[in-house]
Amino acid sequence: MKIHKYDTVIVGAGGAGMRAAIEATKRSRTAVLTKLYPTRSHTGAAQGGMAAALANVEEDNWEWHTFDTIKGGDYLVDQDAAEILAKEAIDAVLDLEKMGLPFNRTPDGLIDQRRFGGHSRNHGEAPVRRSCYAADRTGHMILQTLYQNCVKEGVEFFNEFYVLDLLLNEVDGVKRTAGVVAYELATGDIHVFQAKSVVFASGGNGKFFKVTSNAHTLTGDGQAAAFRRGLPLEDMEFFQFHPTGIWRMGILLTEGARGEGGILRNKDGERFMEKYAPVMKDLASRDVVSRAIYTEIREGRGCGPEGDHVYLDLTHLPPEQLDAKLPDITEFARTYLGIEPYTDPIPIQPTAHYAMGGIPTNVNAEVLADNTTVVPGLYAAGEVACVSVHGANRLGTNSLLDINVFGRRAGIAAAEYAATNDYVELPEDPAGFVERQVESLRSSEGTERVTEIRKALQETMDKNVMVFRTEQTLKEAVEEIGALRKRYKNVSVQDKGKRFNTDLLEAIELGNLLELAEVTAVSALARKESRGGHYREDYPNRDDVNFMRHTMAYREVADDGTESIRLDYKPVVQTRYQPMERKY
Amino acid sequence: MATPVMDKAEAGAPANNSPYITITLRIRRFNPEVSDEAYWEDFTVEVDPKERVLDVLHKIKWELDGTLTFRRSCAHGICGSDAMRINGRNRLACKTLIKDVNPEKPITVEAIKGLTLQKDLVVDMEPFFQAYRDVMPFLVTKGNEPTRERLQSPEDRERFDDTTKCILCAACTSSCPVFWNDGQYFGPAAIVNAHRFIFDSRDEAGEQRLEILNDREGVWRCRTTFNCTEACPRGIEITKAIQEVKRALITRRY
Repeated sequence: MKIHKYDTVIVGAGGAGMRAAIEATKRSRTAVLTKLYPTRSHTGAAQGGMAAALANVEEDNWEWHTFDTIKGGDYLVDQDAAEILAKEAIDAVLDLEKMGLPFNRTPDGLIDQRRFGGHSRNHGEAPVRRSCYAADRTGHMILQTLYQNCVKEGVEFFNEFYVLDLLLNEVDGVKRTAGVVAYELATGDIHVFQAKSVVFASGGNGKFFKVTSNAHTLTGDGQAAAFRRGLPLEDMEFFQFHPTGIWRMGILLTEGARGEGGILRNKDGERFMEKYAPVMKDLASRDVVSRAIYTEIREGRGCGPEGDHVYLDLTHLPPEQLDAKLPDITEFARTYLGIEPYTDPIPIQPTAHYAMGGIPTNVNAEVLADNTTVVPGLYAAGEVACVSVHGANRLGTNSLLDINVFGRRAGIAAAEYAATNDYVELPEDPAGFVERQVESLRSSEGTERVTEIRKALQETMDKNVMVFRTEQTLKEAVEEIGALRKRYKNVSVQDKGKRFNTDLLEAIELGNLLELAEVTAVSALARKESRGGHYREDYPNRDDVNFMRHTMAYREVADDGTESIRLDYKPVVQTRYQPMERKY
Repeated sequence: MATPVMDKAEAGAPANNSPYITITLRIRRFNPEVSDEAYWEDFTVEVDPKERVLDVLHKIKWELDGTLTFRRSCAHGICGSDAMRINGRNRLACKTLIKDVNPEKPITVEAIKGLTLQKDLVVDMEPFFQAYRDVMPFLVTKGNEPTRERLQSPEDRERFDDTTKCILCAACTSSCPVFWNDGQYFGPAAIVNAHRFIFDSRDEAGEQRLEILNDREGVWRCRTTFNCTEACPRGIEITKAIQEVKRALITRRY
């Protein structure tokens, strides 16, 4: 076991982690731990853009953006946080431009903007051009630009270090942050990082679904580490299904394709979104569009011999426009489907995309131990966190914004905390949990295989916890996940070595996914209403009387070692917007 | 409104009862914890020809041999983790479909060359990223920041568009014979990323970057073999970018 000491430790090197690192490195001795190389992070897969009311191409303002964000989140958004997001968006985009980000430009040389789902002028009148973009690789350009600036600032990275545990220690009756424990992929060594402040920016957990736009590595390691240490997870039942994933593969095709004029069609060639969202049509919010697609499919208007998908039609757009604005996604269609998007519509289906829920924080990115108490020294930002700016459904282009606004806030706050606070003593046997976890997997003679349990988990999640949910499907999911968790105790790995043992790490990642899937299903079962990305066929309406509140899930361990999930609720912060019926 | 003919897409879409075929993946294995010798190992698997080489590697790892080791993340050609030599050519395993690499014969898969092999398909990426960091891969400006964005015309933005696509997968650098023979050469990827800033109208450190690339191990080592351009999974015209940097060094105009 090796021990390192840093003022600030950042876990994850995607957009939020690196945006935090740029700030924290200027102010404190900072280490960034990432299980990949920084430029491999999944921020790079984001395509369409980053929202900010720059008003470069048409009238716009941050108040409209705030409203759209709150409405998009079906009023589960904390309104103070949404206001910060929309206000700071403008500087966040300008900061990135000054760091070198090559945005597309208007003829006048300004940052160009395009339409995106749910973003409107004057509270829903019509779509507005708010998304700042770099072709259809905006996330790639943000990730590259942030990494470039980390190189410039001399940020210290520990690449291929998997953070598997969070260290808290109780001082004067308060649980405080002491550091993290990491597993080094290259050597199998276990490292303890003692830190005054820790920022979790470790991304999402979408890999518990089968059809997903998420990378193989998005296994919720940060959420699981916090949860196991007794911290709550907020709103985990809210998971976004992006309407346009490549049929069966789940690879993302940006909403920017519809922003550029792309149209969804059913097997009769009908532009079906006109029925579901007369004003915003194909640019309604993602939950609305995904439900519309599945409604078409269920009612027999899906395409193909099995009627299990619909089409994204770009054939009416000039090839030059596709080449200039959507080069990557048109290439995906050619590479993976053998389809020419100039002339043929692209088969698509909704794909599991984004966790609205996560580790609860306040607007300063401080992690909460309950509805109000801050964990001193602990921060979270990006998809791992729940501020909550996305509420029940995130608007497209608001996540690239979220990582920049709250990544920056987390980096500054963590470094400032480190400057004015001392190290907390490490708990006894700090690496004990990780050492036992790794050792028991390595030496296990169990008969269960990671691949089979993972497959069963993904199948039950796709079948039961997807776009349409009922009490029955959710109960089935909870039961199956419980059974899979029992089987997981008997799992073994084939690679018993120390060097680059990805077999072992996949097993650990599966453990995290199982735990988070259970929280998701249990939280969804208890929410007897439909709101945003959580749609209950048995409770098809939003219920503001009983459920205008955030779910807070806690892990409870009884004296005999039995684990259970306890649900509590937290009020939504409402400032200036009264909940209204949501229409697009 | 005119609507396209909807059944046209079916010809190109994956067939529903796709016939599985049996293929052999011949993988170069290496595990220094077991032996200092690398060796070839054949795996015979049933696959859909429309699957990616990465899918087949996963099938082998998950169902046959958990010790098989490779890097991967996004699985659709964006993160740059899974560059490897497939049938002797540098490619991303997640962008290479089985049907496109002649499944009739054994498909060879080995680690990219020129970087120290660590285990199976995993190499030490540190020298590659060091070369990248050495070319000052970040925007340098001399103050006078505007309150809003810096202006840049669409034409000026287009000037360096191609080289902004780089995902740092190392497919180009590790396909370059100069890089294989001499680990000191910056390699194509670093030059691509220098190009991205040299030709950015907002940047003011072009001279410094050109001096770095004017070094003995810099851009003049390029022998214009075009391996890099062929290897790039992002379709960047790398050799052209390197030539543009060479020309800028001579003319000092960029």
